[in-house]
Amino acid sequence: MSIAVDPVKPREITTQPRLSDRVFRGIVTTGGFSSLLILGLISLFLGYRGFEVFRNEGLSFITSSEWSIVFDESGNIVESNFGLAAMLVGTILCALVAVIIAVPISVFSALFLNFYAPAWLKKILVAVIDLMAAFPSILFGVWGFLVLMPSVEYWAKLLNKYLGFIPLFEIKPYFATRSPFVAGVVLAIMIIPIITSVSREVFAQAPLDRIQAAYALGATRWAMIKAVVIPHGRSGVIGGAMLGLGRAMGETVAVFTVLNIVFQVNWHILLGAGGNVASLIILKFGEASPYEIKALMAAGLVLFVLTLGVNALADFIVKRTGKSGR
Amino acid sequence: MTTIDMISPEGRKVLGTGLETRGVHAWFGKNHVLSDINLNFAAGSVTALIGPSGCGKSTFIRTINRMHEFIPTAAMAGEVFLDGKDVYAPGTDVTKIRLKIGMVFQKPNPFPSMTIGENVLSGLKLAQIKVANKEELMEECLTRAGLWKEVKDRLDAHGGSLSGGQQQRLCIARSLAVSPQVLLMDEPCSALDPGSTLRIEETVRQLSDSMTIVIVTHNMQQAARVSDHTAFFLSDGGPGEMIETAPTSEIFSRPKDKRTEDYVTGRFG
Amino acid sequence: MPWAATPKDRLRDLLILVGTIVFTYVFVGLSPMNGKLAYFSIFFLTYAILTGTYQGVTRGSAAAKDAVVSSIVVVGAVATLIPITSILATVIAKGYKGLSINLFTTDMSLATATDPLSNGGLLHAITGTLTLVAIALIISVPLGILTALYMTEIKGRFMKPIKFLVQAMSGVPSIVAGLFILSAVLYPITKSSSGLMGALALSILMIPTIARTSEEVLLLIPSELREAGVALGGTQWRTVAMIVVPAARSGLITAIILGVARIAGETAPLLLLTGGGDKVNPNPFDGPMGSLPYYIWKSFYAGSEESITRAWAGLLVLIVIILVLFISARSLSSRKVK
Repeated sequence: MSIAVDPVKPREITTQPRLSDRVFRGIVTTGGFSSLLILGLISLFLGYRGFEVFRNEGLSFITSSEWSIVFDESGNIVESNFGLAAMLVGTILCALVAVIIAVPISVFSALFLNFYAPAWLKKILVAVIDLMAAFPSILFGVWGFLVLMPSVEYWAKLLNKYLGFIPLFEIKPYFATRSPFVAGVVLAIMIIPIITSVSREVFAQAPLDRIQAAYALGATRWAMIKAVVIPHGRSGVIGGAMLGLGRAMGETVAVFTVLNIVFQVNWHILLGAGGNVASLIILKFGEASPYEIKALMAAGLVLFVLTLGVNALADFIVKRTGKSGR
Repeated sequence: MTTIDMISPEGRKVLGTGLETRGVHAWFGKNHVLSDINLNFAAGSVTALIGPSGCGKSTFIRTINRMHEFIPTAAMAGEVFLDGKDVYAPGTDVTKIRLKIGMVFQKPNPFPSMTIGENVLSGLKLAQIKVANKEELMEECLTRAGLWKEVKDRLDAHGGSLSGGQQQRLCIARSLAVSPQVLLMDEPCSALDPGSTLRIEETVRQLSDSMTIVIVTHNMQQAARVSDHTAFFLSDGGPGEMIETAPTSEIFSRPKDKRTEDYVTGRFG
Repeated sequence: MPWAATPKDRLRDLLILVGTIVFTYVFVGLSPMNGKLAYFSIFFLTYAILTGTYQGVTRGSAAAKDAVVSSIVVVGAVATLIPITSILATVIAKGYKGLSINLFTTDMSLATATDPLSNGGLLHAITGTLTLVAIALIISVPLGILTALYMTEIKGRFMKPIKFLVQAMSGVPSIVAGLFILSAVLYPITKSSSGLMGALALSILMIPTIARTSEEVLLLIPSELREAGVALGGTQWRTVAMIVVPAARSGLITAIILGVARIAGETAPLLLLTGGGDKVNPNPFDGPMGSLPYYIWKSFYAGSEESITRAWAGLLVLIVIILVLFISARSLSSRKVK
């Protein structure tokens, strides 16, 4: 009944899919490659436009902190110096503050929604939070400036007074209300809905049978969550946090109103200096000369590469924890 | 236990001249999972494929309706003849093959975006087949599947609102709508309760009047109840092989191979 | 029911609650802290400590941790809700003052920053935003859904790189998208601001949102459905079109709505590309195009009291539009199946 010895060779299956299917596959594949095309073009064009500035400034474009361009009477450029370091530091700082504030709040909100809230409350809250995710960034910018900032000023002064010995919270001369801290809080509020949404979905996928097994063993709610839900959802939450981080790094108008663009590398979150690359671009765009615009393009490219890097890292982390995290 | 009679093909109205597989092998990547399956399915017969899990029975029937190639890294060798023509012959229109060889899956899978009525007729829509009288066909298929009485007043209900057994009968009705010559059933009752199982077995017996049925089953009593012929599959760690095939009554009372005997008497399984 | 809370349990809970409230007021009154935030934080902290200690003493450390966490999660939820309520309350309260009929019937071409609110309106901004969104939809929906289909149905060799690229694309900051269109299309080709330029930049932001949500939704469709469709004799495209996509319909619509919501309030690229006109401009290909975000930005920076009120009014209108989108998406997707 069985053939021994010579392994039989598999057969070539030569079916051509129907024409309609081939057309379908062609269209879908073309559409699918659109993202490749667009990303490639972005790098290309920004690099092309900004190239001259990169060549002139070299590495100092990223390491130095200034932005000046001097013209003589006939409109020729006498001297120009562009350096983004302060802005880069500011971008990262604001985004980190945002994520550090937002992730715990989001995770706990997600846990509340999934495991603690009664069904009717959950429905309402989920709708509200999803709605908030749709709020435009300019809303946060205006609200942040007119409403949040004054109240943050109060709390920042308090923090400085009692916890000022920690360098992070220290502000030596008088502190400016427009600071990475305020920007970070605004950004945190912006990204909380996103991270909450992602966390909520991930937690909802925790295997029900394992949850029930935990309860059957007599676990309290928190013990069950710690044992089943969090390990299952860890990589998803990290992914969500990274999403939030990337979003926070690229935000423009949400923090433009609450940031002071000062070319000085600033790690003190309560001091109003530093800035954010995106806000810089908006600030300078209106009156920029053609050469300066090239510098702005170069800045845009740097921001692009930075956010791309963060996203790639996020992807990598999620994939790695995804494998071992369960 | 009812005895299964051997009724000759001439005594029934059947479609086509039956199904035959010759030297069928299957691989997943480098993994050889099926070896040299030669089986003959007479038109209008019901054949049960039995054997322990993992020996390739499901893979085998998927090579018959060319669903096996759906899986990436899948490969096969050999020939499958329907009405004398190899379904794998170059130039064959796969979708037409699948109209003639229908399949019912282990887990009932009615289409969620369609009503019960739409589900039954979905095969026609997918293959763009025009039918003169849709309602008549719907009623006929649901009746043959043993579901008409239960759903005739709610054909507009959502497809997923039925119980497991009803959903499976809906899937059977759906397969019937495109008038297949062969119906492959991959453990259709394993996810169902005994009541539904018996109903479906009854349906299978009635359907064998007009088509050839191949049913994979883990349940030997089911094989004995429902089939005319049985084939026993076994894998000893390597590719699955077909050890023995015989009329059902013989394979259970006088199996020729010792391994078959061990399996049907429950020494392993 | 034997497991319902006994009167004794309820009394105990009430006692703890009352104790917490009293303590909160006393503590905040005595300390330098003030304001709602202070009350909230001390309240939750105290409540957590009290319930935690009580549970710890009566039922052990696992129960104590559970009680404390129960407080923490409520804090999390409240912390999420406070900004939302503040934002909504502010927008409604301040924007309301700017509402009037002429808001919707006139544009700003003849009004100045300090004119009273009876002069000028944001009609141009509304029409502008609608135009931009419409064009962006036309570009993004096909590309987004096709990308998703490529990843779930065709699963070609490039599936992983494309998935990564879509992910990367969704992280493109909006201002970079704006700069890109500036450098690739506006400077070399059209040489002037217009609505189309803005819409192109918005599409870059919209496509990944639609693609990713659609992909998630399509992946949720069990492969058994596709198998069943193919086993019935369907070609791939018919199986996708008649079985998979309808099964995913509500999710796909949600994806599109999410995409629109994503870009409806986007400001940065519009600041670079559209010129932010003050007149209603029906032509997206030529001439500066106003939009709600641009209008809000302009009004805010004009600085006068009237123009700030205009900004709030603009925000109110924007929020209402987003709300309407939202509600229609929800009711659409919940009307059909689960």
